[in-house]
Amino acid sequence: MSTKLFGEPVQRREDPRLLTGQGRYVDDLGAGALEVAFVRSPHAHARIRDIDVSDALDVEGLVAIYTWEDLPTLLAQPLPLLIPHPALTHGRTAYPLARDVVRHVGEPVVMVVARDRYLAEDVCALIQVDYELLKPVVGVEEAAQSAQLVHEDVPDNVGAHLIQEVPSADGLDARELIETAPHTLTFRLDIERSASMPLEGRGVYARWDADDRSLRVYSSTQTSTSVRMAIAAKLGLPLPKVEVIAPDVGGGFGVKIVHPWPEEVLVPWAAMLLGHEVKWTEDRREHFVSSAHERAQVQFVRVGFDDDGRVLGLDVNILHDHGAYTPYGIIVPIITSTQLLGPYKIGAYRVEFSSIYTNTVQVTPYRGAGRPQGVFCMERTMDHIAEYLGADRTAVREINFIQPDEFPYDQGLIFQDGRPLIYDSGDYPESLRLLKELIGWDGFPALKAQAAAEGRRIGLGIGCYVEGTGVGPYEGGHVQITSDGRVHVSTGLTSQGQGHETVFAQIAAAELGVPMERVSVVTGDTRRFGYAVGTFASRAAVMSGNAIALACRKVREKALRIAAEALEADPRDLEIIDGEVRVVGSPGASIPLATVAVLSNPLRYAFDSETARATQFAGASSFDRPPVEAGEEPGLEGRDYYSPIRSTFASGMHAAIVETDSLTAEIRILRYAVVHDCGNLINPMIVEGQIHGGVAQGVGGALYERMVYDDHGQLLNASFMDFLMPYATEIPSIETAHLETPSPLNPLGIKGAGEAGVIPGSAVIASAIEDAEGIRIDKMPISPSELFDLRRAATG
Amino acid sequence: MKPPPFDYHAPRSLGEALDALAEAGEHGKVLAGGQSLIPMLNMRLAAPAHLVDINRLSELATLDVGPDGVRVGALARHAQVERSERVAAVQPLLREALRLVAHPVIRNRGTVVGSLAHADPAAELPAVLALLGGSVRLARPGVTRDVPAADFFVGPLESAVESGELAVSAFFPALLPRSGTAFREVARRHGDYALAGIAALVRLDDDLRITSATVACVSVGPVPVVVDVTAACGHRPPATADWASAAWAVQDRVDPETDIHATADYRRHLTGVLAEQALRDAAREATGA
Repeated sequence: MSTKLFGEPVQRREDPRLLTGQGRYVDDLGAGALEVAFVRSPHAHARIRDIDVSDALDVEGLVAIYTWEDLPTLLAQPLPLLIPHPALTHGRTAYPLARDVVRHVGEPVVMVVARDRYLAEDVCALIQVDYELLKPVVGVEEAAQSAQLVHEDVPDNVGAHLIQEVPSADGLDARELIETAPHTLTFRLDIERSASMPLEGRGVYARWDADDRSLRVYSSTQTSTSVRMAIAAKLGLPLPKVEVIAPDVGGGFGVKIVHPWPEEVLVPWAAMLLGHEVKWTEDRREHFVSSAHERAQVQFVRVGFDDDGRVLGLDVNILHDHGAYTPYGIIVPIITSTQLLGPYKIGAYRVEFSSIYTNTVQVTPYRGAGRPQGVFCMERTMDHIAEYLGADRTAVREINFIQPDEFPYDQGLIFQDGRPLIYDSGDYPESLRLLKELIGWDGFPALKAQAAAEGRRIGLGIGCYVEGTGVGPYEGGHVQITSDGRVHVSTGLTSQGQGHETVFAQIAAAELGVPMERVSVVTGDTRRFGYAVGTFASRAAVMSGNAIALACRKVREKALRIAAEALEADPRDLEIIDGEVRVVGSPGASIPLATVAVLSNPLRYAFDSETARATQFAGASSFDRPPVEAGEEPGLEGRDYYSPIRSTFASGMHAAIVETDSLTAEIRILRYAVVHDCGNLINPMIVEGQIHGGVAQGVGGALYERMVYDDHGQLLNASFMDFLMPYATEIPSIETAHLETPSPLNPLGIKGAGEAGVIPGSAVIASAIEDAEGIRIDKMPISPSELFDLRRAATG
Repeated sequence: MKPPPFDYHAPRSLGEALDALAEAGEHGKVLAGGQSLIPMLNMRLAAPAHLVDINRLSELATLDVGPDGVRVGALARHAQVERSERVAAVQPLLREALRLVAHPVIRNRGTVVGSLAHADPAAELPAVLALLGGSVRLARPGVTRDVPAADFFVGPLESAVESGELAVSAFFPALLPRSGTAFREVARRHGDYALAGIAALVRLDDDLRITSATVACVSVGPVPVVVDVTAACGHRPPATADWASAAWAVQDRVDPETDIHATADYRRHLTGVLAEQALRDAAREATGA
């Protein structure tokens, strides 16, 4: 690294724009567009008998009404099933508009296009859909035992079933080892539903250019390149005639990686058909009932261990609530099953999951993506073992840790990317030592006793996790230095506010030796970069960061070569400092990168002063060689891709001190401490920001957020009044310490940080409440009302 | 989440506003701070044909503070009342309760009278008005009437305001000498509607014995539940009063419901805990007053 930009807490350059209302989100675009609203199913399970639009036709400003019957062949198919898996024997996806049966409240049935959204909603209110009600299936255990089916052709409502076994070193399986273990415990755990709640919901705005026969689509998405491919395929357009741009995106948290959403193909289709710009902006109610949820699982755990708490065998059976459809495959339960092992080496492991259909909103990854459930399971197990043995909770964890000299460590499972689950690096004992120091673990009993003397109940909790990040298959970066000295960086993956414009500029500036102000970054715009996967799985910095670094290295190499010729020096004697190529040790001998950019292109019209000036460096042309040599390209630009052999594994440990009110049962977090290891830090301030946001979501999942469905499949709290996300007032100040164990897998030695903060939240808070109350906490989230009930049950 | 069509009226004077409301009758709705009405419109839970916006009626943005109490005009925002030192000096319970109402941005826009007219049994201000025995002034063209708090709250989201009437002001009686008040509540998040809450008022005689103790309960009935617990406390100084009996008396009188945030049992339990705490706090205030 040639400058100190890498690793510095550089202020986020996107903030002035985003914080002063200058952001450009989908709904800020297309002021003249027609607007869309949907008639969505009010029933969880019903057959559509008839759709009567006659009352709606008189509304002035109505442009079009579409139902499934209006859709062209390619659109009238069920939407694609992304990421198929052999265990997903009964994958099902929805039609863009319901064909005959609706399977959850909120499923789109009729699409209305009108002059504005107000009128479109007026029209929706006048459309009569005649439904034959079918019995809804709600609740994962109910669905698993029900004769009632969500999909007629999916027996027992089981979409997928997978068993993974990792025998012990001496070939014994988990069940045998548990049977023969000195101690065993059996218990059940429950985690309820939550969901990604980006401030900006989904949104699509499409412009059809009839002259050019091309389509431009703006979507609030986590993957513009894949949305582009889906639109081209579904609308039968040549790929080069489709552009998809993710403008400023107001948060994603996973829900916007699903693609194509029905609206992402329907809105462009309507724009083409109507020859007019068309836009749809999701409202909050739609987001609750028509996008995706996550988390809900029931876990049955059996563990065998020795006198020291060493886990000899672990057997986990998971019922995973998948909602009505499986557009994103079974990524979530696969991650739960594999990441459950955390920083531990378990004697033998058996995990089985069933992915169950219910008449509720579909389940796709939400920040953490199955890990919070897995960590909840493993960390509850560790606490229960400690309680059983009367041992310190950290001692039980420590004895099970993978040791620093055991990396790379093969867990013997297949991870979400279809590759072996092999941890690349980490230092778990050191992480725990730091955490204990940060939270004051050893001094806590005295603190607790003192609080008790004052009539207060406090408890200390802990949770550890390992997170596979930087999932493949690839990302690319493109870097161009123009004759004005500016550096233009682009990558195909998208941004949702994480600070990519800042960190990618830091990487490029550091690699190229230019001031950061000269670097601009474009993400998620298929006009600039066509091949990308997307922003999810804590992968942006690892994947695009490394791709951009590699592209910069190509450009740097070329710049040094051209400069060496101009300066009559050896490229190995050159350095780039502050945008100037210099001969090391001869401060006078230098050439600006802007000039090098001019030299790189034999076509030198004197449009700017730099080009005019550069002619002095033009070497004598050789008449027997072409101006652009074979294998060379004009210009100073480079493109490269980063494609890792497997994911890189970040890790962390959290601890919290909570106080539970002995009278009101209110739960307050007094302190929250985080030790976090994501390898080399590009920008520690941004990493801390990611942790803070993640912890806030973790607290939400632990104490506040749940999706409350009634027996009819109605979501009872589909608004921000009743779906409780924590406010700033509910989030404690977060104390962090960083450990930097570089990844050996990528050039920058980095690991992902995007999801880390949220992962152990429920485990840590449950552990702390249990410590304060002396009551088992095996169900999260927990409210004061539920704690009150647990207390009464405990005291009889 | 866009409202259905409605006619929008923007009267420039109280007379114009009353005329517009009288004409709209049962199809009219008053827009003041809009903190409850606008979400209800957007979710199409309310669909009035006429919306009468009183935000231009600066004559209603009044705060009259006298020795007897505080009269709050229909356009006085929560924040204005909360920050008034004169109001706090005459009736400190208003400030204490207002600090529990949602968040600053909502209090900058929402109005005290609007909150009373909305008559949400989970809201703080109806309990304050009920506890203090205040009243609301209602007007229609040529007619004005004062409705005491006991008659004003009719049911959940239902007040004595009739079609065509405008609530022009509310009166909160002053705190008397040797009296104290307190507001205690438990909400899921800071600023949320309370799961349970208690406004308490305690009066002492010259010998500093309790002569009167009342509470108004939030979120445990269709309207604010006012309970006189003077007898349960006993005619004793606060230090030896039987607060636990008072709390039981309150619990006995409430009829909470279970919802997605809390069970009825938990709400009843909280009501007792908070009643005892609020009564003790109010008595402490009274002792110092």
